[in-house]
Amino acid sequence: MSRSLRPLRLAAAALLVASWAATSARADDMPVIKVEMRDGVILPAVIEVPANTRFKLEISNTGQSPVEFESTELKREKALAAGSTSAIVFRTLDPGTYQVFDDFHPEAKATLVAK
Amino acid sequence: MIGAFIIAFREVIEAGLIISIVLAATRGIPGRMRWVLLGVAGGLAGAGLVALFAESISDAFEGSGQDILNAAVLIVAVLLLIWHNTWMSKHGKELAGELRATGEAVRSGEREAAALSIVVGAAILREGAELVLFLYGLVASGTSGADIQFGAFAGIGAGILLSAVTYFGLAAIPSRYVFSITSALIIFLAAGLASQAAQFLSNAGVVDVLGQTLWNSSGVIAENSWPGRVLHALVGYTDRPTALQGLVYVGTIAVMVGLMQWSAADKRRSVRTA
Repeated sequence: MSRSLRPLRLAAAALLVASWAATSARADDMPVIKVEMRDGVILPAVIEVPANTRFKLEISNTGQSPVEFESTELKREKALAAGSTSAIVFRTLDPGTYQVFDDFHPEAKATLVAK
Repeated sequence: MIGAFIIAFREVIEAGLIISIVLAATRGIPGRMRWVLLGVAGGLAGAGLVALFAESISDAFEGSGQDILNAAVLIVAVLLLIWHNTWMSKHGKELAGELRATGEAVRSGEREAAALSIVVGAAILREGAELVLFLYGLVASGTSGADIQFGAFAGIGAGILLSAVTYFGLAAIPSRYVFSITSALIIFLAAGLASQAAQFLSNAGVVDVLGQTLWNSSGVIAENSWPGRVLHALVGYTDRPTALQGLVYVGTIAVMVGLMQWSAADKRRSVRTA
């Protein structure tokens, strides 16, 4: 049983490594847009991002409480502990205005504008 | 305090509704409680690990690590739910006590309970990581007052209570019907999880087709409203589904119904020839 599975497992591992190598080569050349979230405030209130191209949204939680960056329009969410920074990579985005909010601080809202 | 209560409550019922359906669906399987508790413990441990390594998971696969992990967890849960419903259309009647349980049914029932314990674990892993981050932040930061911490824990308690009420509601259904109802619920649950998995894969860039939006019903039921959230947890409701999500949703339902018909027919054949 385990003998017959071995080539399969090797192939899967090789595929994983290959896809990782292929994607990480392009990692550095995309624009990074920074967003700061602090205890119920999202800065800037209007987040400008490039449309129709890859970009990275780097979100920092500089407050004392956990936050969750979320947009139902963009179908994205990311929870962040106090003091941590993380990123969401967007493959491509149509030009337009998208609502974003902090799911852990319902009063915190912002808009993301792609153009 | 109210804010913390609502957030904790919301996160708990998202996983809790899935668990109560799974519990109702495994009624009559010997030793299932042990497996379900194992699933809960495994899911909580996993959620803690995901919260702890949130940053390195995010950075994996060039920023798509979280999406790929979520998709993988959901796909495992969907496959096991498909298997469960297929198995149930063959052995459900025996468990409901209408037929004498065969030794084979009892033996494979144990395997079945083990599979569903993984579904429970996956549900908690997927929803729990956010709750762990939220709660840990409240307790560890030391800046939030006792009333906020109380609110969060009261929210967890209320969420567990509502999940328990859902379970006892389902369990009160006469045994002749309970498995038909839980099987139907699980079809929609699995279809919803599958379409969420499809969205995670397209967010990660693994799938790059059918990204156009089918419709926008956010004016009718917004996804982040209460009805929207409950429908999202139960049947995978989303207010702006993509064509890919719609296709995967309908496809999952078709596959499950097809397999259940086949399995039930297989059962009838084996009863006739016996």
